[in-house]
Amino acid sequence: MIQKSSLLYFFLFVSSFLTAQNCDYTISGQVIDIHDNSLLQGAVIAIEGTTNVAYSDDKGNFELNDICGGELLIKVTHPYCETQTKRIKLQENLKINFRLEHHLEELNEVLLKGKLYDEKLNSAITRQLKVEELESFSNASLGDALKTISGVSSLNTGSSIVKPIINGLHSSRVLIINDNVRLHDQQWGEDHAPNVDINSAANVTVIKGASALKYGGDAVGGTIVIEPQKAPLKDTLMGKTILTGATNGRGGTFSTSLIKSNSNGFNYRLQGSLKRLGDLKAPDYQLTNTGQRENNISLGLGLNKIDYGIDFSYKLTNSEIGILRSAHVGNISDLEASINRGVPFFIEDFSYSINSPKQEITHQIFKLNAFKKIKNIGEVNLQYSFQNNDRSEFDVRRGGRSDVPAMEMNLKTHTLLAQLEWTDLERFDSNFGIELNAQTNIPSGETGVRRLIPDYEMYTAGVFATTEISLTDRWKLDAGVRYDFNTIDAQKFYIKSRWERLNYNELFPEFEVEEARGGQIFTNPSFDFHNLSATIGATHTFQNNWRFTTNLSSASRAPNPSELFSDGLHHSLARIELGDLQLNSEQSFKIGAELQGEVDEFGFSIQPYYNLINDFIILEPSTIDENTIRGSFPVWQYRQSDSRLYGIDVSASYTHKNFEFDSNFAYVNGQDLEQNEALINMPPFNISNTLTYKKSDWNNFFISLNSQFIAEQNRFPDNNFEVEITNRITGDKEEVLVDISSPPSAYHILNLRSGMEFEFDSKRLSINLLINNLLNTTYRDYLNALRFYADEVGTNAMLQLKLNY
Amino acid sequence: MKTIKLLSLSLLAVLAFSACSDDDDAPAPVLEQEEITTLNVFLTPEGGTESLVFSFTDLDGDGSNAQISAENLEANTTYTGRMEFLNENEEPVEDVTEEVLEEDDEHQVFFIAGTGLNVNTEYLDADGDGNPIGVEFRLVTGEASSGDLTFILIHDGDKEAGSNGVLTPEVGGDTDIEVTFEVTIVE
Repeated sequence: MIQKSSLLYFFLFVSSFLTAQNCDYTISGQVIDIHDNSLLQGAVIAIEGTTNVAYSDDKGNFELNDICGGELLIKVTHPYCETQTKRIKLQENLKINFRLEHHLEELNEVLLKGKLYDEKLNSAITRQLKVEELESFSNASLGDALKTISGVSSLNTGSSIVKPIINGLHSSRVLIINDNVRLHDQQWGEDHAPNVDINSAANVTVIKGASALKYGGDAVGGTIVIEPQKAPLKDTLMGKTILTGATNGRGGTFSTSLIKSNSNGFNYRLQGSLKRLGDLKAPDYQLTNTGQRENNISLGLGLNKIDYGIDFSYKLTNSEIGILRSAHVGNISDLEASINRGVPFFIEDFSYSINSPKQEITHQIFKLNAFKKIKNIGEVNLQYSFQNNDRSEFDVRRGGRSDVPAMEMNLKTHTLLAQLEWTDLERFDSNFGIELNAQTNIPSGETGVRRLIPDYEMYTAGVFATTEISLTDRWKLDAGVRYDFNTIDAQKFYIKSRWERLNYNELFPEFEVEEARGGQIFTNPSFDFHNLSATIGATHTFQNNWRFTTNLSSASRAPNPSELFSDGLHHSLARIELGDLQLNSEQSFKIGAELQGEVDEFGFSIQPYYNLINDFIILEPSTIDENTIRGSFPVWQYRQSDSRLYGIDVSASYTHKNFEFDSNFAYVNGQDLEQNEALINMPPFNISNTLTYKKSDWNNFFISLNSQFIAEQNRFPDNNFEVEITNRITGDKEEVLVDISSPPSAYHILNLRSGMEFEFDSKRLSINLLINNLLNTTYRDYLNALRFYADEVGTNAMLQLKLNY
Repeated sequence: MKTIKLLSLSLLAVLAFSACSDDDDAPAPVLEQEEITTLNVFLTPEGGTESLVFSFTDLDGDGSNAQISAENLEANTTYTGRMEFLNENEEPVEDVTEEVLEEDDEHQVFFIAGTGLNVNTEYLDADGDGNPIGVEFRLVTGEASSGDLTFILIHDGDKEAGSNGVLTPEVGGDTDIEVTFEVTIVE
């Protein structure tokens, strides 16, 4: 007892003697994020072997007092960063800054998340999908994945062509940014799906509204930002392979990616996917000619030195998509017969072959990007991209012409983007940029069908400035402004009688060049558009960490080539669509807000909005063209009308022990204020509930059941038309009301997902089972252009194997 | 320094690419190949000579300037009929009838007489499967009367279902031609 005590006293004495010498040194400094020089709060700075610990404050500052001199090992840890240790010899008070590197998994987000849509800084109303969520859509499409976000729906042509709708708006009103390149892939067409391989995305952010001005000023609906997997700054080789097999379509998708990176900053990336699906099946019949093939590849090569870097990437998406054979109709009588028949006319046995009607699209993106950090300013970024889009559409044609595309277009877009991020001011984060665009569209003259979209050259120039201001810890403001100039020079052949009937010979005599063969007139329409867009917003964080965000944005969109120049028969809807050369830009004013917060295990987000759009461009029925050799056709023309949309997107989650419950719902109400009628194709009220059971002890086992209810859309414009057609049995003419407006009934479907993970030798294998439309429910969707012809697909069971290595 | 080099490189690239894609040649007009501008129905009364009785021409496709003409028919007469489909926008004029006959298993003409018109028709030709085509037909008139006579050319329909000449919904397919003539049968 005495011995022990004396030993203790001895140690105490010795140690106090040692420390008593010079134990009043101070170490102070800052902890800084190596990537964006932001100050890191909450880092733990500890001296190994002692209990002396300090935490960095919200300015990243720390101070360790009463430290004894000598050789010390300082360890800096931060929840999001790689731990750093530093050996020092302490002889005097020391000022030392630590620059920390992010963890591998965090790196993606930090490097990727541009400041502009970082949720914490900016007032943009956003939602993000992460790679785990995206992976379960490996065999589907981007649009299918985005639909899981409340307020995002899709406009479909069958089930393979899926276009995202944000808060009721789509196509040219939604910008799609893939790896910092704005997609120019003939996005104007309602049956043109975005050319993005979902397997190449690491995360996808949906920005509701026009607040992401750096990407464009015309995002009347919103912006979708797709970020690929980035290479970390360390020596590693990361690989991932996903194999999905599906019962519906009897095919699947194979996707693989490989990233090799070095701590010296050099990296290369490879990613590719193949999809093969045959005819899909509705509960009661085969959907003949709905197969699809996709071949996608992306390559990247980069050097990232933190202070500067250069990156090259190439992406190729190639797809061949079959369109339901029964959706091709010759005239109104065929359309009427299809609607009344209730089942598709062409039902054949399952097949992998893809015949007409079909689409073949190849989209390529070349991108060269360089950045340099500049002391006391921030970062400059320069990017050049070239996109080449080839689209061929094949129709059911006579005389062996089905192999000749009825429409073939090549769209080339060059973009130069220069940006300066000025982040050095304490309270301001600003971004300035210039974007130059040159675009040419060349439709083939060899199709034997008059060009739907004419030859044109388009040049655009945009400048923007945005800033984010941290007023206090709880209040942030942001604002931005953008100007775009757009000039388009087209060369188009009009049928002379139509040119005159539209009164263009009086309105635009200056566009007339010469008369051409076949009763046509060659014209040279050219237009200039000036567009101004702006955003302003604020974010407030409450004491309880709830956050309120509000944002006012105005977007201005010039009419797209389809709205200006469309001129021809739309075979799946038996109507003639005519563009209008007199269209102006449409201008939106959208106010959006979000309240999000958490109470214990309950989390919620409420996002209401109101969007007023002046000169909203609408396609609507105008007259009936009575005397064609195929009988009568309704003519649809573009028109402008002040319109408004309002709605609310809500999501909530509740977690209790191993159970998780998620709920999303969205409502949107669109109204044409001049005609005082509902806007067409507004997503009906929809609600999605998911119950998940997770058990991490059982190899991360999970099972989740998702229920989706889509209400009937009761607000729609009455575009039904009465037309005199010949009764094909009696031979007498009769007035027939063709109902193309009435939305289908409400429906409810269930989806099941389950999976487990197995780890071995630093590899991870995940096995997932996904069953869509579990109960094989028969339904039709209002937002599917082919809803007149066939039911949606039935049960689809998919087995997915994923290997991370 | 690097940035400047890159900037100039990118600018060069822009210039190079736009130079390649610059297409100063004016495009040539496309003449609709598949279009059928004209439907002609020739009838030959028994012992008589052939004449063009019904004709529909629309040179501007989906446009508006169609020309339509119909001659009167004789009562109680048996005519041998022949259909002619033309694309008059092609040079020389394309005879689409040949194309229809080459793909005779995919095509069929239906003759539909409205109430009041005393007309009966009968197919005189058949495809390889023994189903009617309708390019050649017989038309028999009854007593003097008047009414609509509709000619419909169906592509890719169910020819078995339509073999009796009645265009029921089961026939399906796409309509390539649908023209109605107001016909008068005189004594």
